[in-house]
Amino acid sequence: MNNQTHLNRRLTWIWLGLMAFTILTYAISKSEYSGTWVVVLLLVTVFIKGHWIIADFMELRHAGLLWRVLAHGWIILVSGGILVAYMMGLK
Amino acid sequence: MNSTVKQSEITTKYHLPGDLAIWVFIFAELLVFGIFFLSYAFSRAGNVELFNESQKMLDTASGAINTLLLITSSYFVVRSVTAIKSGDAQRCVNWLAAAILGGGGFLVIKVMEFADKFSHGISLGTNTFFMFYLSMTFFHFMHVILGMIILAAVLIKARNGGYSATEYTGVETGASYWHMVDLVWIVLFPLVYVIR
Repeated sequence: MNNQTHLNRRLTWIWLGLMAFTILTYAISKSEYSGTWVVVLLLVTVFIKGHWIIADFMELRHAGLLWRVLAHGWIILVSGGILVAYMMGLK
Repeated sequence: MNSTVKQSEITTKYHLPGDLAIWVFIFAELLVFGIFFLSYAFSRAGNVELFNESQKMLDTASGAINTLLLITSSYFVVRSVTAIKSGDAQRCVNWLAAAILGGGGFLVIKVMEFADKFSHGISLGTNTFFMFYLSMTFFHFMHVILGMIILAAVLIKARNGGYSATEYTGVETGASYWHMVDLVWIVLFPLVYVIR
């Protein structure tokens, strides 16, 4: 198997993973489950999806450290901020 | 000689896809969307009941289908990049056309959602939740349109033989912008449609 075929196969698996997490998110929205742990689960899926898009679709996996830190820092800060705000709303 | 080899290794090891300018633009956009998202989240913390009740009026299925469409469109774009890197311009064009179609599908569903909300008398002034919902999704909507225009320009140049296995910076530039549009939506969907 050449590198191109290997890469395309990896990208296809990532696409399927992104689809699966989206369906999981939709299933959670239709379920009766809610609360902090459900929000944590949703944000973990957001982080994993974000990581795949940043590292593999945007190809920042091969970029310099600064770019990777900026992109992953964005998804961590936004997800973390959403969790903090959610917990503030529980009070 | 040795330093030349090392420089070559560094260049190969670290590669920022596309033009540097698009990455400055992308991170500026991410900053704006990030501020939007956190403003929504912290506003919700002070109006939980209002946000939860208003959120029930959203069509989660439309939001989920649109997420699947954008993810699939992003996958098509990344396949267009691998196609041109292997020198297959025609396949690159085909993947780009499919990606633009995916973006078009997103726009159609979003317009239907907007029309439904407007027909129920919902506007920016309805309440804080809908002010955020309408402004954030419309702002993102405009980015989808801009992304489609960029992809269309890349497609036309690719069809005219403007890219090859050794010159594909433009394809990477368009692709990077499109993935940013996708990245923003994968946060927006659970934040606005799902978290309650």
